[in-house]
Amino acid sequence: MKKDTSHINSLENEAIYIMREVAAQFENPVLLFSGGKDSITLVRLAVKAFYPAKIPFPLMHIDTGHNFPETIEFRDRLVKELGLELIVRNVQDSIDEGKVKEESGRYASRNMLQTTTLLDAIEEFKFDACIGGARRDEEKARAKERIFSVRDDFGQWDEKNQRPELFDMLNGDIEHGQNVRVFPISNWTELDVWSYIEKENIEIPSIYFAHTRATFLRDGLIWSADDEVVFRDENEEVLERTVRFRTVGDMSCTAAVLSDAADIKTVVQEIRESTISERGARIDDKRSEAAMEKRKQQGYF
Amino acid sequence: MEVLKIATAGSVDDGKSTLIGRILYDTKSLTTDKLEAIEKTSKQRGYDYLDFSLATDGLVAEREQGITIDVAHIYFSTAKKSYIIADTPGHVEYTRNMVTGASTSQASIILIDARKGVIEQTNRHFFINNLLRIKDVVVAINKMDLVDYSEDVYNKIKADFEALMSKRDYQDQKITFIPVSALKGDNVVNKTDKMPWYKGETLLEHLEKIDKADIFNIGTPRFPVQYVIRPKTEEFHDFRGYAGKVYGGNLSVGDDIVVLPSQTKSKIKDIYFYDEKYETASRRSSVTITLEDDINVSRGDMIVKENDLPTIEKQFTANVCWMDSTQLTAGKKYVVQHGINKVLAKVDAIHHKINPDYSGIEEDVNGLGMNDIASVSFKLNKPVFYDAFKNHRTNGSFIIIDSQSNNTVGAGFIQ
Repeated sequence: MKKDTSHINSLENEAIYIMREVAAQFENPVLLFSGGKDSITLVRLAVKAFYPAKIPFPLMHIDTGHNFPETIEFRDRLVKELGLELIVRNVQDSIDEGKVKEESGRYASRNMLQTTTLLDAIEEFKFDACIGGARRDEEKARAKERIFSVRDDFGQWDEKNQRPELFDMLNGDIEHGQNVRVFPISNWTELDVWSYIEKENIEIPSIYFAHTRATFLRDGLIWSADDEVVFRDENEEVLERTVRFRTVGDMSCTAAVLSDAADIKTVVQEIRESTISERGARIDDKRSEAAMEKRKQQGYF
Repeated sequence: MEVLKIATAGSVDDGKSTLIGRILYDTKSLTTDKLEAIEKTSKQRGYDYLDFSLATDGLVAEREQGITIDVAHIYFSTAKKSYIIADTPGHVEYTRNMVTGASTSQASIILIDARKGVIEQTNRHFFINNLLRIKDVVVAINKMDLVDYSEDVYNKIKADFEALMSKRDYQDQKITFIPVSALKGDNVVNKTDKMPWYKGETLLEHLEKIDKADIFNIGTPRFPVQYVIRPKTEEFHDFRGYAGKVYGGNLSVGDDIVVLPSQTKSKIKDIYFYDEKYETASRRSSVTITLEDDINVSRGDMIVKENDLPTIEKQFTANVCWMDSTQLTAGKKYVVQHGINKVLAKVDAIHHKINPDYSGIEEDVNGLGMNDIASVSFKLNKPVFYDAFKNHRTNGSFIIIDSQSNNTVGAGFIQ
């Protein structure tokens, strides 16, 4: 039996429409690229939206310096293969310039620090639209997000005063200095993204598939012990485990899950049967119930 | 798999968020970590039940005040369908939020508190659902547990609502009444034994049976050109593709078409979706079209079939839902965004205000305030290509943008 793909097709058509609105309504858009599955999906959608022309905007990676090496290798290869322009801005530079202070302790992460580097880069390049791979099903505050989400001169999100979005009509009118965050895959679920990756046969970094890794346990989550950026107490025992990552952020805030899913088909099956949400493995969201909302207000993407 | 988009409507405290949380819980759509968070917070607050509204009220202020402030989108699936629920707030900015949520929905759920019955807000919710021509409306009479699951209460509310139905404009709208308790889970996903007098479906059973009533499946093909694709590469040196989304009907290779506003005629040469060519572009697909003739087409133009033109005018009259705290008055200028096309518009006349509680119209109106609905005429600085909303959902609607604040301040449905 042929797989029914009508649902994923309609999401794809919607996302392509949004990509084209961005290219048409803004002078200087950029696609925020983290190397994760959602931003890889965005790149695929952008390629499709403008074929046979090239994607009419660059990619930008806000590099925390704490990325999984597999992600960075993958990023560089993708950009080369597709002939895309990539801008990289480093959180380390913001730290060196004294704009942000590195966190310390066992829960230290550079995730929060990204916001400053991102806002500086938006100002530096005068980007008026930033395309991101956030989805409404990820998190409660994101469920309130618009497809075109206006940010003020300080990059801030005023969640209580959002523009209504009706039908397909996207209003991208902004004042000089403001910018719009655009979320073409707002209506996709985690499972939709994985199904699309499977259907389109999209290549993704190897850490999304099961592999053996030196890990340790903390707060019921599995952490990578390979790298010094992940803080580990002496008494936290390192063990080899077969794991994969469901979401790929900073090494310091992304936990692994036990999994034998070594190919895309079994990954899709695993997601379908999972009883834990995707962000359940993101320690940055567990800081407080409103962690994401607070970060978004400050300009986090 | 089918997708059903549903909007919810109800007044403050009617239990919308609780209902949605209940659906998520009973369909086992809440993941363990989310459920644990709800259990923890419910316990902290000293509740002796699980507060499912915590599953959807995402903003700090919402959780503090126990109300929904902004439209939230919730996703879940059953074996049969994928669902997207737009959870719309019931307080002050209800018209704005409801119109927003309902604009992309195929079905809607109107909640009524069984203790309060049909109140003025109910009239408004129904009016807006009818104005937006939502095909399938469920009237969920909630909190039945607080009225001893009384059949008389249910029948009384049903009769009151039916009185409203006779006044509606869009008579083909299908309406279904279901008595529920979102808190206890009666008739939401699972049948209850508390109301043996009710023989109908549970809420989810009903939703599962709704046909794929495609709300956009009305009218004839309209292809607004979003973006012109000119690769200028060696391989595609002379390629000129028109990217856009097909609305209303299909377009096929060889179709005789007209480009608006120039009224230039041509034929569809190729239809691309990414690197593949197709014979037909179906409704809602984002394709790229090339034409037989080398003519000038740019963003904002519209490609339509030769024998099937929309109205081409520099004015229109529409039912307008006003969503801003500033007043709309005659003579004021705005930007009207019709599809992707932006034009300057001047308010020519406010004909009358429509009372969304079905109490009639008000004439001699000077201005419109937040939540007002009125019949308004606009003069435009250039022609737009439109259909009446009842014939074409996409090509018959527009938004109004305040050029000073850049905010979307209203929505219109062309008459």
